[in-house]
Order: sequence, then structure tokens, then C-alpha cells
Amino acid sequence: MAKIIVVTSGKGGVGKTTSSAAIGTGIALKGHKTVIIDFDVGLRNLDLIMGCERRVVYDFVNVINKEATLSQALIKDKRTKDLFILPASQTRDKDALTVEGVQAVLEELAKEFEYIICDSPAGIEKGAQMALYFADAAIVVTNPEVSSVRDSDRILGILQSKSRRAEEGREPIEEHLLLTRYHPGRVALGEMLSVSDVEDILAIPLLGVIPESEAVLKASNQGTPVILDTESEAGLAYMDAVDRLMGEERPLRFLEVQKKGFIKRLLGG
Amino acid sequence: MGIFDYFKSKSVPSSASVAKDRLQIIVAHERSKRHQPDYLPQMQQEIIDVIRKYVNIGNEDVQIQLDNTDDCSVLELNVTLPEQN
Repeated sequence: MAKIIVVTSGKGGVGKTTSSAAIGTGIALKGHKTVIIDFDVGLRNLDLIMGCERRVVYDFVNVINKEATLSQALIKDKRTKDLFILPASQTRDKDALTVEGVQAVLEELAKEFEYIICDSPAGIEKGAQMALYFADAAIVVTNPEVSSVRDSDRILGILQSKSRRAEEGREPIEEHLLLTRYHPGRVALGEMLSVSDVEDILAIPLLGVIPESEAVLKASNQGTPVILDTESEAGLAYMDAVDRLMGEERPLRFLEVQKKGFIKRLLGG
Repeated sequence: MGIFDYFKSKSVPSSASVAKDRLQIIVAHERSKRHQPDYLPQMQQEIIDVIRKYVNIGNEDVQIQLDNTDDCSVLELNVTLPEQN
């Protein structure tokens, strides 16, 4: 039985697609057959982040409309074994995703894959609701910033009331907090919400903290999931998060301020 | 933080703690509304309209709140009537 994980946030630009690409790749690296689905119809970007934008022929909506088969639309990742991508369509038709259509595709994928990662669009409209409706687990991507935290809480409310699990009265969706773009130096200065501040407010278990890192932009420039950059703190932090998702214990790291020299601190650099 | 920052007043709360306080208040408020029935805003408006047939009140003079305890729900309605002159 496949596990369906939605990567969601409410707010845009917090790192949903970066996180979907990294975590999907991380799970596949552990030998689990994984597919990442881009639910952002009209604004697909997972293909760019994964570096397979020139290999898109058919997409998710084509499969729903039976214009293509799943095996025609799935793109096999060139770097990571056991990893596939199902791109979103660029249609502007907002109603392209239907509950029945999405369900049929997910059921077919579930026969073949162990993990299905749903990369949600921003907002709380239909696309976002479709991405989370069938989920077994949710990774709520949050920045340590007021509007992102508030929107995450909003999305948690939707997970708890509008998902299929909620509607059928089954065990609720497993919730995980992923704090991204974290800046330990600014937290130390009292300029940014800390990990424990955000945990206090949202009150869901912490999956990981990804430090703000130049490696993320560099990875997206190149179309490589940042988790493959094992030299970078962000890549290692994503790998830790994947390990925790698989039930392993990993201490949090990269939360300390890197020590500056005495002179630099004196001058306020 | 430079050397001059050490002389600044320490009593000003950090912007992060201001953010946390504001978030805790707004999130608690929005969570309490999340569990209220969808009909509540419309019911509130209709109650206001009925009262207005008899007394001139503003929208903010009617407070309506639904509290859920274990086995019963209490609808609390608080109407502030204008002073008579």
C-alpha cells in the first residue's frame, strides 16, 4: 500500500517545490520507489527544479482526461533510481483536476509505487485541496515569518476538516512541520522566530529545520534537487528530515550561530 | 550586533517576541472560529436586523459567541442598547 504525502503550506514561495523535490529524491535514495506529482496546474515548476523540463511530453491532466497513459506521462529521473515525476499541465483550466480523476490516477500509481509525494500549489483553492484530499501524511512547509506561520495554521485546519480521512472519520492525517529558510544568526539576535516559537504556535511535530542556504538557489539554477548536494547544510538537513520521516532518530543540527571573529563582532559585521 | 548596540535600551522587546505574541493571539482567534458553524455570521446579521426594527443599534453592539463544552453548546448573545434620553 502506497503512502501519500502532501507537501503544502498555504503561503507561496516558502519552499514547497524545493522540499518536494528534495524529500522525494531522499526517499528514493533509500530504495523506495517514489513518484512526485506536481499539482500546480497552470504554473508547473517541479519539472524545472528536477531538471527534466525538456522531457515533458504528457502531463497529469492528460492522464486524467485519458489522452495519455500513466507510463507515457511519467518521467523517470536520470540521476536517482526508483524516482519518477508526474508533471502538471500548463492549461489555464482551473477545473482540470477532479476528485474522481485524481483518485483514479493515485490508485493506479499506488499499485506500483511505495511513496507518492503531492507537491501542492499555494493558496487554499481547489488545486491545493485536491493535493491534500487523499493524503495519509502532510509536510507543512513554514518559514519563520508571521504570514507563513498563520497560513500554515490555516492549512492545518483544512487538513483536519476537508481531507478524505477527515470526511470519512478515519485516523487523521499525520502532520509534520518542516521549517525552511531558517537563519540561526537572526534568531540569536531576536529578529526571527525560533524553532521553538513556531513549534509552540503550530503545535505539530517537527520533521526538520532547513537553514537558509545559498545551495538552494544554486541547486534550482542547475535543476538538481538540493538534497544531492551533500556538501551543503541544506542538503544534509533535508536528508535528516527524510531519515526522520522514515522513523529514524536524528538530532537537529545547523541551528547554532557560526562563530564570528572578535573584531568582526565588535564592528557589527 | 555592534558595540554601540550594547548601550541601547534593553527594555524594548525583540521583534521576534512581538511576532510570537501577535501570532499566538491571531491563531487562537482563528482556531476558535474554525469550529463555529457556517451559519453563525448570517444568523448574527439576521438577529441584528430584527433588533434594529425596534431599537437603533450598530453592528458592533451585538456580540455573539458559541461555546462548546462536553455535552452542550451555549450560544451567548450580548446586546448593548443605546442610552435612553
